Amino acid sequence: MTTLLTPFHYEYMVKAILVSGLIGGVCAFLSCFITLKGWSLMGDALSHAVVPGVSLAWLLGLPFSLGAFVAGVLAALGMGWVKNNSRLREDAVIGVVFTSFFALGLLLLSLYPSNLNLRTIIFGNILAISDPDILQVLIISAVSILVLGLKWRDLLLYCFDESHARSLGLNTRFLHFLLLALLSATAVAALQTVGACLVVAMLVTPGATAYLLTDRFGKMLGIATLTGVLCGVAGAYASYFLNGSTGGCIVVLQTVVFLIALIFAPKHGLLTARAQRRAAAMP
Amino acid sequence: MPDTDPPLSIEVDDVTVAYANGHTALRDASFTLGAGTICALVGVNGSGKSTLFKSIMGFLRPVRGRVRIAGLPVEASRKRQLVAYVPQSEDVDWTFPVSVWDVVMMGRYGHMNFMRIPRAEDKPIAHECLERVGMSEFQDRQIGELSGGQKKRVFLARALAQRGRIMLLDEPFTGVDVQTETAIIELLRSLRSEGHIILVSTHNLGSVPEFCDQVVLINRTVLAFGPTEQVFTEDNLSRAFGGVLRHFRFDQSTIQEHDGRTVKLLTDDERPLVFGKDGHLEYTERHGREELVKERAKEAGEQ
Repeated sequence: MTTLLTPFHYEYMVKAILVSGLIGGVCAFLSCFITLKGWSLMGDALSHAVVPGVSLAWLLGLPFSLGAFVAGVLAALGMGWVKNNSRLREDAVIGVVFTSFFALGLLLLSLYPSNLNLRTIIFGNILAISDPDILQVLIISAVSILVLGLKWRDLLLYCFDESHARSLGLNTRFLHFLLLALLSATAVAALQTVGACLVVAMLVTPGATAYLLTDRFGKMLGIATLTGVLCGVAGAYASYFLNGSTGGCIVVLQTVVFLIALIFAPKHGLLTARAQRRAAAMP
Repeated sequence: MPDTDPPLSIEVDDVTVAYANGHTALRDASFTLGAGTICALVGVNGSGKSTLFKSIMGFLRPVRGRVRIAGLPVEASRKRQLVAYVPQSEDVDWTFPVSVWDVVMMGRYGHMNFMRIPRAEDKPIAHECLERVGMSEFQDRQIGELSGGQKKRVFLARALAQRGRIMLLDEPFTGVDVQTETAIIELLRSLRSEGHIILVSTHNLGSVPEFCDQVVLINRTVLAFGPTEQVFTEDNLSRAFGGVLRHFRFDQSTIQEHDGRTVKLLTDDERPLVFGKDGHLEYTERHGREELVKERAKEAGEQ
Protein backbone atom coordinates (compact mmCIF):
# COMPACT_ATOMS: atom_id res chain seq x y z
CA MET A 1 0.00 0.00 0.00
CA THR A 2 2.74 2.42 0.96
CA THR A 3 4.64 1.67 -2.25
CA LEU A 4 1.61 2.78 -4.27
CA LEU A 5 1.74 6.13 -2.49
CA THR A 6 5.48 6.71 -2.82
CA PRO A 7 5.21 8.92 -5.96
CA PHE A 8 3.20 11.38 -3.88
CA HIS A 9 6.11 11.80 -1.44
CA TYR A 10 8.12 13.54 -4.12
CA GLU A 11 7.15 17.09 -4.98
CA TYR A 12 8.37 16.75 -8.57
CA MET A 13 6.11 13.72 -9.08
CA VAL A 14 3.05 15.48 -7.69
CA LYS A 15 3.71 18.45 -9.96
CA ALA A 16 4.27 16.17 -12.96
CA ILE A 17 1.02 14.28 -12.33
CA LEU A 18 -1.06 17.43 -11.92
CA VAL A 19 0.43 19.25 -14.90
CA SER A 20 0.09 16.16 -17.12
CA GLY A 21 -3.56 15.84 -16.15
CA LEU A 22 -4.22 19.51 -16.88
CA ILE A 23 -2.49 19.49 -20.27
CA GLY A 24 -4.08 16.16 -21.13
CA GLY A 25 -7.51 17.64 -20.47
CA VAL A 26 -7.00 20.88 -22.39
CA CYS A 27 -5.50 19.09 -25.41
CA ALA A 28 -8.32 16.53 -25.33
CA PHE A 29 -11.01 19.22 -25.32
CA LEU A 30 -9.40 20.84 -28.35
CA SER A 31 -8.86 17.46 -30.03
CA CYS A 32 -12.64 17.16 -30.63
CA PHE A 33 -12.50 20.18 -32.92
CA ILE A 34 -9.24 19.12 -34.54
CA THR A 35 -10.48 15.63 -35.46
CA LEU A 36 -13.84 16.90 -36.76
CA LYS A 37 -12.22 19.67 -38.79
CA GLY A 38 -9.76 17.16 -40.27
CA TRP A 39 -6.73 19.01 -38.96
CA SER A 40 -4.87 16.10 -37.35
CA LEU A 41 -1.95 16.47 -39.73
CA MET A 42 -1.97 20.18 -39.08
CA GLY A 43 -1.60 19.47 -35.34
CA ASP A 44 1.43 17.32 -36.00
CA ALA A 45 2.91 19.99 -38.26
CA LEU A 46 2.41 22.82 -35.78
CA SER A 47 3.88 20.87 -32.87
CA HIS A 48 7.10 20.43 -34.85
CA ALA A 49 7.05 23.94 -36.27
CA VAL A 50 7.21 25.56 -32.81
CA VAL A 51 10.80 24.33 -32.23
CA PRO A 52 12.71 27.24 -33.84
CA GLY A 53 10.60 29.62 -31.75
CA VAL A 54 11.86 27.99 -28.57
CA SER A 55 15.45 28.57 -29.58
CA LEU A 56 14.91 32.15 -30.74
CA ALA A 57 13.02 33.00 -27.56
CA TRP A 58 16.02 31.79 -25.53
CA LEU A 59 18.40 33.92 -27.59
CA LEU A 60 16.19 36.99 -27.12
CA GLY A 61 15.60 36.29 -23.44
CA LEU A 62 11.82 35.88 -23.83
CA PRO A 63 9.57 33.19 -22.30
CA PHE A 64 9.93 30.07 -24.45
CA SER A 65 6.17 29.63 -24.93
CA LEU A 66 5.87 33.07 -26.51
CA GLY A 67 8.52 32.24 -29.11
CA ALA A 68 7.01 28.84 -29.73
CA PHE A 69 3.54 30.28 -30.16
CA VAL A 70 4.75 32.89 -32.65
CA ALA A 71 6.61 30.22 -34.64
CA GLY A 72 3.51 28.01 -34.70
CA VAL A 73 1.26 30.79 -35.94
CA LEU A 74 3.85 31.81 -38.57
CA ALA A 75 4.01 28.22 -39.80
CA ALA A 76 0.22 28.06 -40.05
CA LEU A 77 0.08 31.33 -41.96
CA GLY A 78 2.92 30.15 -44.19
CA MET A 79 1.03 26.97 -45.02
CA GLY A 80 -2.09 28.95 -45.83
CA TRP A 81 -0.15 31.31 -48.06
CA VAL A 82 1.69 28.60 -50.02
CA LYS A 83 -1.54 26.65 -50.45
CA ASN A 84 -3.43 29.64 -51.84
CA ASN A 85 -0.64 30.68 -54.17
CA SER A 86 0.49 27.38 -55.62
CA ARG A 87 -1.10 24.38 -57.24
CA LEU A 88 0.18 22.03 -54.54
CA ARG A 89 -2.13 19.84 -52.49
CA GLU A 90 -2.49 20.62 -48.82
CA ASP A 91 -0.57 17.58 -47.54
CA ALA A 92 2.47 18.49 -49.65
CA VAL A 93 2.34 22.08 -48.41
CA ILE A 94 2.12 20.95 -44.77
CA GLY A 95 4.97 18.50 -45.33
CA VAL A 96 7.27 21.12 -46.82
CA VAL A 97 6.54 23.93 -44.37
CA PHE A 98 6.69 22.04 -41.08
CA THR A 99 9.87 20.15 -41.90
CA SER A 100 11.51 23.47 -42.89
CA PHE A 101 10.58 24.96 -39.55
CA PHE A 102 11.69 21.87 -37.65
CA ALA A 103 15.02 21.74 -39.50
CA LEU A 104 15.60 25.41 -38.79
CA GLY A 105 14.87 24.71 -35.13
CA LEU A 106 17.36 21.84 -35.01
CA LEU A 107 20.00 24.00 -36.63
CA LEU A 108 19.46 26.90 -34.23
CA LEU A 109 19.48 24.60 -31.19
CA SER A 110 22.72 22.98 -32.26
CA LEU A 111 24.41 26.32 -33.03
CA TYR A 112 23.20 28.13 -29.90
CA PRO A 113 22.76 25.63 -27.05
CA SER A 114 20.08 26.83 -24.64
CA ASN A 115 18.81 25.79 -21.23
CA LEU A 116 16.32 23.53 -22.96
CA ASN A 117 18.24 20.84 -24.69
CA LEU A 118 17.12 19.13 -27.87
CA ARG A 119 16.10 15.96 -26.06
CA THR A 120 13.74 17.88 -23.80
CA ILE A 121 12.05 19.63 -26.69
CA ILE A 122 11.61 16.54 -28.82
CA PHE A 123 10.78 14.01 -26.12
CA GLY A 124 9.63 16.22 -23.26
CA ASN A 125 10.74 16.08 -19.63
CA ILE A 126 7.88 16.81 -17.32
CA LEU A 127 9.76 15.55 -14.26
CA ALA A 128 12.22 18.42 -14.54
CA ILE A 129 9.67 21.14 -15.27
CA SER A 130 10.58 24.41 -13.54
CA ASP A 131 8.11 26.58 -11.66
CA PRO A 132 8.19 29.43 -14.22
CA ASP A 133 7.42 26.84 -16.91
CA ILE A 134 4.52 25.51 -14.85
CA LEU A 135 3.24 29.06 -14.62
CA GLN A 136 3.39 29.37 -18.43
CA VAL A 137 1.49 26.11 -18.83
CA LEU A 138 -1.12 27.30 -16.33
CA ILE A 139 -1.61 30.59 -18.16
CA ILE A 140 -1.90 28.90 -21.57
CA SER A 141 -4.35 26.34 -20.21
CA ALA A 142 -6.49 28.95 -18.46
CA VAL A 143 -6.69 31.14 -21.57
CA SER A 144 -7.48 28.14 -23.82
CA ILE A 145 -10.20 26.85 -21.49
CA LEU A 146 -11.71 30.33 -21.24
CA VAL A 147 -11.75 30.88 -25.01
CA LEU A 148 -13.09 27.40 -25.75
CA GLY A 149 -15.72 27.74 -23.04
CA LEU A 150 -16.97 30.99 -24.54
CA LYS A 151 -16.73 30.19 -28.24
CA TRP A 152 -17.14 26.42 -28.60
CA ARG A 153 -20.51 26.70 -30.32
CA ASP A 154 -19.16 29.07 -32.95
CA LEU A 155 -16.17 26.79 -33.51
CA LEU A 156 -18.48 23.78 -33.77
CA LEU A 157 -20.59 25.50 -36.43
CA TYR A 158 -17.42 26.57 -38.24
CA CYS A 159 -16.18 22.96 -38.29
CA PHE A 160 -19.57 21.61 -39.37
CA ASP A 161 -20.64 24.06 -42.08
CA GLU A 162 -18.35 26.96 -42.86
CA SER A 163 -20.67 28.44 -45.52
CA HIS A 164 -23.61 28.48 -43.15
CA ALA A 165 -21.52 30.08 -40.42
CA ARG A 166 -20.53 32.76 -42.91
CA SER A 167 -24.07 33.34 -44.11
CA LEU A 168 -25.14 33.91 -40.49
CA GLY A 169 -22.64 36.74 -40.27
CA LEU A 170 -20.04 34.86 -38.20
CA ASN A 171 -16.47 35.94 -38.88
CA THR A 172 -15.13 32.64 -40.22
CA ARG A 173 -11.68 34.02 -40.92
CA PHE A 174 -11.38 34.95 -37.26
CA LEU A 175 -12.66 31.52 -36.19
CA HIS A 176 -10.13 29.83 -38.48
CA PHE A 177 -7.34 31.87 -36.94
CA LEU A 178 -8.69 31.29 -33.43
CA LEU A 179 -8.62 27.52 -33.89
CA LEU A 180 -5.07 27.70 -35.29
CA ALA A 181 -3.96 29.89 -32.38
CA LEU A 182 -5.49 27.50 -29.84
CA LEU A 183 -3.80 24.61 -31.60
CA SER A 184 -0.42 26.34 -31.46
CA ALA A 185 -0.88 27.37 -27.83
CA THR A 186 -1.82 23.91 -26.59
CA ALA A 187 0.95 22.34 -28.66
CA VAL A 188 3.38 24.62 -26.84
CA ALA A 189 1.95 23.65 -23.45
CA ALA A 190 2.12 19.95 -24.27
CA LEU A 191 5.68 20.24 -25.52
CA GLN A 192 6.99 20.05 -21.95
CA THR A 193 5.03 16.95 -21.05
CA VAL A 194 5.36 14.65 -24.01
CA GLY A 195 7.69 16.50 -26.40
CA ALA A 196 7.23 17.68 -29.97
CA CYS A 197 7.09 14.15 -31.36
CA LEU A 198 4.09 13.03 -29.32
CA VAL A 199 2.11 16.27 -28.98
CA VAL A 200 -0.08 15.26 -31.90
CA ALA A 201 -1.22 12.17 -29.97
CA MET A 202 -2.53 14.38 -27.16
CA LEU A 203 -4.28 16.57 -29.75
CA VAL A 204 -5.91 13.76 -31.73
CA THR A 205 -6.28 10.46 -29.85
CA PRO A 206 -8.80 11.52 -27.14
CA GLY A 207 -11.04 13.16 -29.75
CA ALA A 208 -10.81 10.13 -32.03
CA THR A 209 -11.64 7.82 -29.10
CA ALA A 210 -14.67 9.89 -28.08
CA TYR A 211 -15.88 10.13 -31.70
CA LEU A 212 -16.14 6.34 -31.78
CA LEU A 213 -18.16 6.27 -28.58
CA THR A 214 -20.87 8.87 -29.19
CA ASP A 215 -22.96 10.70 -31.80
CA ARG A 216 -23.41 13.85 -29.72
CA PHE A 217 -20.87 16.63 -29.63
CA GLY A 218 -21.52 17.51 -25.99
CA LYS A 219 -20.84 13.95 -24.88
CA MET A 220 -17.82 13.79 -27.18
CA LEU A 221 -16.29 16.79 -25.37
CA GLY A 222 -16.96 15.15 -22.00
CA ILE A 223 -15.56 11.74 -22.91
CA ALA A 224 -12.48 13.19 -24.63
CA THR A 225 -11.64 15.52 -21.74
CA LEU A 226 -12.12 12.76 -19.18
CA THR A 227 -9.84 10.33 -21.02
CA GLY A 228 -7.32 13.14 -21.54
CA VAL A 229 -7.16 13.98 -17.84
CA LEU A 230 -7.18 10.36 -16.64
CA CYS A 231 -4.50 9.23 -19.10
CA GLY A 232 -2.36 12.26 -18.20
CA VAL A 233 -2.59 11.55 -14.47
CA ALA A 234 -2.33 7.77 -14.70
CA GLY A 235 0.45 7.88 -17.28
CA ALA A 236 2.60 10.21 -15.21
CA TYR A 237 1.92 8.11 -12.10
CA ALA A 238 2.75 4.83 -13.83
CA SER A 239 5.98 6.22 -15.27
CA TYR A 240 7.38 6.37 -11.72
CA PHE A 241 7.09 2.61 -11.27
CA LEU A 242 8.07 1.73 -14.81
CA ASN A 243 10.96 4.16 -14.58
CA GLY A 244 10.17 5.02 -18.20
CA SER A 245 9.43 8.10 -20.27
CA THR A 246 6.41 10.02 -18.93
CA GLY A 247 5.32 11.12 -22.41
CA GLY A 248 5.59 7.55 -23.64
CA CYS A 249 3.47 6.26 -20.74
CA ILE A 250 0.72 8.84 -21.30
CA VAL A 251 0.45 8.27 -25.03
CA VAL A 252 0.61 4.46 -24.77
CA LEU A 253 -2.22 4.65 -22.24
CA GLN A 254 -4.26 6.86 -24.59
CA THR A 255 -3.67 4.40 -27.39
CA VAL A 256 -4.84 1.50 -25.22
CA VAL A 257 -8.07 3.38 -24.46
CA PHE A 258 -8.46 4.17 -28.17
CA LEU A 259 -8.03 0.50 -29.13
CA ILE A 260 -10.60 -0.58 -26.54
CA ALA A 261 -13.05 1.95 -28.03
CA LEU A 262 -12.24 0.86 -31.57
CA ILE A 263 -13.07 -2.75 -30.77
CA PHE A 264 -15.85 -2.51 -28.17
CA ALA A 265 -17.64 0.79 -28.96
CA PRO A 266 -21.38 0.05 -28.67
CA LYS A 267 -22.41 1.56 -32.01
CA HIS A 268 -19.31 2.18 -34.09
CA GLY A 269 -17.01 -0.57 -32.78
CA LEU A 270 -15.51 -3.43 -34.77
CA LEU A 271 -17.42 -6.07 -32.79
CA THR A 272 -20.77 -4.37 -33.41
CA ALA A 273 -20.00 -4.04 -37.11
CA ARG A 274 -19.13 -7.73 -37.26
CA ALA A 275 -22.33 -8.69 -35.42
CA GLN A 276 -24.38 -6.57 -37.83
CA ARG A 277 -22.71 -8.20 -40.82
CA ARG A 278 -23.44 -11.60 -39.38
CA ALA A 279 -27.07 -10.68 -38.68
CA ALA A 280 -27.43 -9.45 -42.28
CA ALA A 281 -26.12 -12.78 -43.59
CA MET A 282 -28.75 -14.74 -41.62
CA PRO A 283 -31.54 -16.05 -43.82
CA MET B 1 -40.64 45.49 -37.50
CA PRO B 2 -41.90 44.51 -40.91
CA ASP B 3 -43.03 48.03 -41.77
CA THR B 4 -39.56 49.52 -41.36
CA ASP B 5 -37.94 46.87 -43.57
CA PRO B 6 -37.34 47.88 -47.15
CA PRO B 7 -39.30 45.81 -49.69
CA LEU B 8 -37.69 42.47 -50.38
CA SER B 9 -35.73 42.09 -53.60
CA ILE B 10 -32.62 40.65 -55.21
CA GLU B 11 -30.93 42.86 -57.76
CA VAL B 12 -28.05 41.36 -59.70
CA ASP B 13 -26.70 44.18 -61.78
CA ASP B 14 -24.14 43.55 -64.53
CA VAL B 15 -22.16 41.17 -62.31
CA THR B 16 -18.85 39.75 -63.51
CA VAL B 17 -17.03 37.31 -61.22
CA ALA B 18 -13.45 36.21 -61.82
CA TYR B 19 -11.52 33.82 -59.57
CA ALA B 20 -7.98 34.39 -58.30
CA ASN B 21 -6.60 32.08 -61.00
CA GLY B 22 -8.06 34.39 -63.67
CA HIS B 23 -11.00 32.15 -64.62
CA THR B 24 -14.12 34.22 -65.36
CA ALA B 25 -17.06 32.24 -64.00
CA LEU B 26 -19.77 34.77 -64.73
CA ARG B 27 -19.92 37.74 -67.09
CA ASP B 28 -22.37 40.65 -67.17
CA ALA B 29 -25.12 38.77 -65.35
CA SER B 30 -28.25 40.79 -64.59
CA PHE B 31 -31.69 40.00 -63.24
CA THR B 32 -34.11 41.27 -60.60
CA LEU B 33 -36.48 39.37 -58.35
CA GLY B 34 -39.25 40.91 -56.26
CA ALA B 35 -41.08 39.61 -53.19
CA GLY B 36 -43.22 36.48 -53.45
CA THR B 37 -41.59 34.39 -56.13
CA ILE B 38 -40.12 30.95 -56.72
CA CYS B 39 -37.43 31.33 -59.33
CA ALA B 40 -35.53 28.44 -60.89
CA LEU B 41 -31.85 28.88 -61.65
CA VAL B 42 -31.24 26.56 -64.56
CA GLY B 43 -27.99 25.74 -66.34
CA VAL B 44 -25.49 22.95 -67.00
CA ASN B 45 -22.77 22.02 -64.49
CA GLY B 46 -20.13 24.73 -64.52
CA SER B 47 -22.49 27.36 -65.92
CA GLY B 48 -21.96 29.54 -62.85
CA LYS B 49 -24.92 28.55 -60.67
CA SER B 50 -22.89 28.21 -57.48
CA THR B 51 -20.84 31.28 -58.37
CA LEU B 52 -24.06 33.25 -58.56
CA PHE B 53 -25.20 31.85 -55.20
CA LYS B 54 -21.88 32.77 -53.62
CA SER B 55 -22.13 36.31 -54.99
CA ILE B 56 -25.63 36.71 -53.58
CA MET B 57 -24.40 35.50 -50.18
CA GLY B 58 -21.41 37.81 -50.40
CA PHE B 59 -18.74 35.08 -50.36
CA LEU B 60 -17.42 36.30 -53.71
CA ARG B 61 -16.95 39.93 -54.56
CA PRO B 62 -17.76 40.72 -58.19
CA VAL B 63 -14.93 42.34 -60.14
CA ARG B 64 -17.57 44.44 -61.84
CA GLY B 65 -21.23 45.17 -61.20
CA ARG B 66 -23.04 44.76 -57.90
CA VAL B 67 -25.54 42.66 -55.99
CA ARG B 68 -28.11 44.33 -53.77
CA ILE B 69 -30.46 42.59 -51.39
CA ALA B 70 -33.58 44.55 -50.42
CA GLY B 71 -31.78 47.63 -51.68
CA LEU B 72 -28.79 47.00 -49.37
CA PRO B 73 -25.23 45.97 -50.17
CA VAL B 74 -24.65 42.26 -49.51
CA GLU B 75 -22.58 42.82 -46.34
CA ALA B 76 -25.37 44.84 -44.73
CA SER B 77 -27.99 42.29 -45.72
CA ARG B 78 -25.93 39.57 -44.08
CA LYS B 79 -26.07 41.36 -40.76
CA ARG B 80 -29.85 41.34 -41.05
CA GLN B 81 -29.76 37.64 -41.94
CA LEU B 82 -32.01 38.12 -44.91
CA VAL B 83 -30.48 35.29 -46.91
CA ALA B 84 -30.71 31.64 -45.83
CA TYR B 85 -28.89 28.92 -47.72
CA VAL B 86 -29.74 25.23 -48.05
CA PRO B 87 -26.60 23.37 -49.17
CA GLN B 88 -26.29 20.44 -51.52
CA SER B 89 -26.30 17.13 -49.66
CA GLU B 90 -22.82 16.31 -50.94
CA ASP B 91 -21.43 19.37 -49.15
CA VAL B 92 -22.46 18.17 -45.69
CA ASP B 93 -20.42 15.89 -43.40
CA TRP B 94 -23.15 13.41 -42.39
CA THR B 95 -20.94 11.61 -39.85
CA PHE B 96 -20.63 14.79 -37.78
CA PRO B 97 -21.81 14.14 -34.19
CA VAL B 98 -24.81 16.49 -34.20
CA SER B 99 -28.52 15.73 -33.93
CA VAL B 100 -31.39 17.08 -36.03
CA TRP B 101 -32.23 19.42 -33.17
CA ASP B 102 -28.63 20.73 -33.00
CA VAL B 103 -28.67 21.54 -36.71
CA VAL B 104 -31.97 23.43 -36.55
CA MET B 105 -30.69 25.35 -33.51
CA MET B 106 -27.64 26.40 -35.52
CA GLY B 107 -30.09 28.33 -37.69
CA ARG B 108 -30.81 30.48 -34.62
CA TYR B 109 -27.12 31.27 -33.85
CA GLY B 110 -27.26 34.60 -35.65
CA HIS B 111 -30.05 35.71 -33.31
CA MET B 112 -28.30 34.55 -30.15
CA ASN B 113 -25.79 36.36 -27.94
CA PHE B 114 -21.99 36.15 -27.94
CA MET B 115 -21.95 32.70 -26.31
CA ARG B 116 -24.81 31.34 -28.45
CA ILE B 117 -26.88 30.25 -25.51
CA PRO B 118 -30.47 29.66 -26.71
CA ARG B 119 -32.99 32.16 -25.38
CA ALA B 120 -36.54 31.32 -24.39
CA GLU B 121 -37.91 32.21 -27.83
CA ASP B 122 -35.38 30.15 -29.80
CA LYS B 123 -36.72 26.75 -28.76
CA PRO B 124 -40.36 27.28 -29.80
CA ILE B 125 -39.12 28.62 -33.16
CA ALA B 126 -36.95 25.54 -33.71
CA HIS B 127 -39.87 23.28 -32.74
CA GLU B 128 -42.19 25.10 -35.09
CA CYS B 129 -39.73 24.84 -38.00
CA LEU B 130 -39.23 21.10 -37.43
CA GLU B 131 -43.00 20.72 -37.31
CA ARG B 132 -43.37 22.59 -40.57
CA VAL B 133 -41.10 20.18 -42.45
CA GLY B 134 -42.63 17.19 -40.65
CA MET B 135 -39.44 16.15 -38.85
CA SER B 136 -40.43 16.63 -35.20
CA GLU B 137 -40.31 12.94 -34.35
CA PHE B 138 -36.72 12.71 -35.61
CA GLN B 139 -35.29 15.57 -33.57
CA ASP B 140 -32.96 13.37 -31.51
CA ARG B 141 -31.54 11.43 -34.44
CA GLN B 142 -27.94 11.87 -35.50
CA ILE B 143 -28.10 13.46 -38.97
CA GLY B 144 -26.39 10.54 -40.71
CA GLU B 145 -29.22 8.19 -39.66
CA LEU B 146 -31.76 9.90 -41.91
CA SER B 147 -32.91 9.13 -45.44
CA GLY B 148 -32.02 11.45 -48.34
CA GLY B 149 -35.37 13.24 -48.19
CA GLN B 150 -35.27 13.64 -44.41
CA LYS B 151 -31.75 15.08 -44.59
CA LYS B 152 -32.99 17.72 -47.03
CA ARG B 153 -35.90 18.62 -44.79
CA VAL B 154 -33.64 19.13 -41.77
CA PHE B 155 -31.60 21.71 -43.65
CA LEU B 156 -34.80 23.37 -44.86
CA ALA B 157 -35.89 23.60 -41.22
CA ARG B 158 -32.53 25.19 -40.38
CA ALA B 159 -33.10 27.80 -43.09
CA LEU B 160 -36.63 28.44 -41.77
CA ALA B 161 -35.26 28.81 -38.23
CA GLN B 162 -32.84 31.41 -39.50
CA ARG B 163 -35.88 33.47 -40.51
CA GLY B 164 -34.21 34.52 -43.75
CA ARG B 165 -36.82 35.83 -46.13
CA ILE B 166 -34.67 35.05 -49.13
CA MET B 167 -33.92 31.38 -49.51
CA LEU B 168 -31.29 29.86 -51.77
CA LEU B 169 -31.65 26.13 -52.41
CA ASP B 170 -28.87 24.23 -54.13
CA GLU B 171 -30.18 21.19 -56.02
CA PRO B 172 -32.91 20.43 -53.45
CA PHE B 173 -34.33 17.44 -55.33
CA THR B 174 -31.17 15.40 -55.84
CA GLY B 175 -31.42 12.06 -54.00
CA VAL B 176 -34.92 12.86 -52.76
CA ASP B 177 -37.98 10.61 -53.03
CA VAL B 178 -41.06 11.80 -54.92
CA GLN B 179 -43.06 12.22 -51.72
CA THR B 180 -40.47 14.54 -50.19
CA GLU B 181 -40.18 16.47 -53.45
CA THR B 182 -43.93 17.13 -53.33
CA ALA B 183 -43.71 18.14 -49.66
CA ILE B 184 -40.80 20.51 -50.34
CA ILE B 185 -42.63 22.11 -53.28
CA GLU B 186 -45.71 22.55 -51.08
CA LEU B 187 -43.59 24.25 -48.43
CA LEU B 188 -41.94 26.55 -50.98
CA ARG B 189 -45.34 27.56 -52.31
CA SER B 190 -46.56 28.53 -48.87
CA LEU B 191 -43.36 30.53 -48.30
CA ARG B 192 -43.98 32.29 -51.61
CA SER B 193 -47.47 33.26 -50.47
CA GLU B 194 -45.86 34.70 -47.32
CA GLY B 195 -43.79 36.95 -49.57
CA HIS B 196 -40.44 35.12 -49.51
CA ILE B 197 -38.07 35.07 -52.46
CA ILE B 198 -36.95 31.54 -53.26
CA LEU B 199 -34.16 30.85 -55.71
CA VAL B 200 -33.74 27.18 -56.58
CA SER B 201 -30.82 25.84 -58.59
CA THR B 202 -31.83 22.70 -60.41
CA HIS B 203 -31.15 20.64 -63.49
CA ASN B 204 -34.47 18.86 -63.06
CA LEU B 205 -36.15 20.57 -66.02
CA GLY B 206 -39.43 18.68 -65.77
CA SER B 207 -40.31 20.00 -62.33
CA VAL B 208 -39.54 23.66 -63.13
CA PRO B 209 -42.86 24.54 -64.85
CA GLU B 210 -44.67 22.72 -62.03
CA PHE B 211 -43.73 25.11 -59.26
CA CYS B 212 -41.50 27.95 -60.47
CA ASP B 213 -43.14 31.14 -61.67
CA GLN B 214 -39.87 32.63 -62.91
CA VAL B 215 -36.70 31.25 -64.45
CA VAL B 216 -33.13 32.49 -64.78
CA LEU B 217 -31.31 30.55 -67.50
CA ILE B 218 -27.56 30.80 -67.21
CA ASN B 219 -24.47 29.70 -69.00
CA ARG B 220 -21.56 31.86 -67.81
CA THR B 221 -24.01 34.77 -68.16
CA VAL B 222 -27.77 35.25 -67.85
CA LEU B 223 -29.17 33.96 -71.17
CA ALA B 224 -32.79 34.64 -70.38
CA PHE B 225 -34.82 35.73 -67.40
CA GLY B 226 -38.54 36.17 -66.79
CA PRO B 227 -41.82 34.30 -66.28
CA THR B 228 -41.51 30.54 -66.82
CA GLU B 229 -43.87 30.33 -69.79
CA GLN B 230 -41.85 32.97 -71.65
CA VAL B 231 -38.37 31.73 -70.77
CA PHE B 232 -38.88 27.98 -70.83
CA THR B 233 -38.95 27.65 -74.59
CA GLU B 234 -37.25 25.02 -76.67
CA ASP B 235 -35.13 27.71 -78.25
CA ASN B 236 -33.86 29.13 -74.94
CA LEU B 237 -33.25 25.71 -73.44
CA SER B 238 -31.20 24.59 -76.43
CA ARG B 239 -29.11 27.74 -76.02
CA ALA B 240 -28.58 27.01 -72.32
CA PHE B 241 -27.81 23.35 -72.74
CA GLY B 242 -26.44 23.20 -76.28
CA GLY B 243 -26.05 19.62 -77.38
CA VAL B 244 -26.16 18.43 -73.78
CA LEU B 245 -29.95 18.22 -73.63
CA ARG B 246 -31.38 14.79 -74.41
CA HIS B 247 -34.05 14.50 -77.05
CA PHE B 248 -36.72 11.89 -77.46
CA ARG B 249 -38.52 12.57 -80.72
CA PHE B 250 -41.60 10.41 -81.14
CA ASP B 251 -41.54 10.53 -84.94
CA GLN B 252 -37.99 9.17 -85.05
CA SER B 253 -38.46 6.56 -82.33
CA THR B 254 -39.76 3.02 -82.54
CA ILE B 255 -43.18 4.22 -81.31
CA GLN B 256 -45.87 3.65 -83.94
CA GLU B 257 -49.45 4.66 -84.66
CA HIS B 258 -50.92 1.70 -82.81
CA ASP B 259 -49.23 2.78 -79.56
CA GLY B 260 -51.64 5.70 -79.62
CA ARG B 261 -51.78 7.70 -76.42
CA THR B 262 -50.89 4.78 -74.22
CA VAL B 263 -47.15 5.43 -74.26
CA LYS B 264 -45.69 5.48 -70.73
CA LEU B 265 -42.73 7.78 -70.05
CA LEU B 266 -40.47 7.16 -67.06
CA THR B 267 -37.71 9.61 -66.28
CA ASP B 268 -35.40 10.64 -63.47
CA ASP B 269 -34.62 13.77 -65.48
CA GLU B 270 -31.87 11.96 -67.29
CA ARG B 271 -32.67 10.01 -70.46
CA PRO B 272 -36.36 9.00 -70.45
CA LEU B 273 -37.31 5.34 -70.48
CA VAL B 274 -40.31 4.79 -72.75
CA PHE B 275 -42.74 1.86 -72.77
CA GLY B 276 -45.22 1.31 -75.61
CA LYS B 277 -48.80 0.12 -75.51
CA ASP B 278 -48.17 -3.42 -74.28
CA GLY B 279 -45.38 -2.43 -71.99
CA HIS B 280 -42.62 -3.17 -74.48
CA LEU B 281 -39.46 -1.09 -74.63
CA GLU B 282 -39.24 1.70 -77.16
CA TYR B 283 -36.02 3.08 -78.63
CA THR B 284 -35.09 6.64 -79.62
CA GLU B 285 -33.89 5.58 -83.06
CA ARG B 286 -36.12 3.82 -85.54
CA HIS B 287 -33.09 3.61 -87.78
CA GLY B 288 -31.32 0.23 -87.48
CA ARG B 289 -34.28 -1.43 -85.75
CA GLU B 290 -36.43 -2.05 -88.83
CA GLU B 291 -36.88 -5.73 -87.87
CA LEU B 292 -38.34 -4.78 -84.51
CA VAL B 293 -40.69 -2.20 -86.02
CA LYS B 294 -41.94 -4.74 -88.57
CA GLU B 295 -42.50 -7.40 -85.91
CA ARG B 296 -44.47 -5.03 -83.70
CA ALA B 297 -46.58 -3.90 -86.65
CA LYS B 298 -47.38 -7.54 -87.41
CA GLU B 299 -48.44 -8.18 -83.81
CA ALA B 300 -50.76 -5.20 -83.93
CA GLY B 301 -52.22 -6.42 -87.23
CA GLU B 302 -50.97 -3.49 -89.30
CA GLN B 303 -49.50 -3.78 -92.76
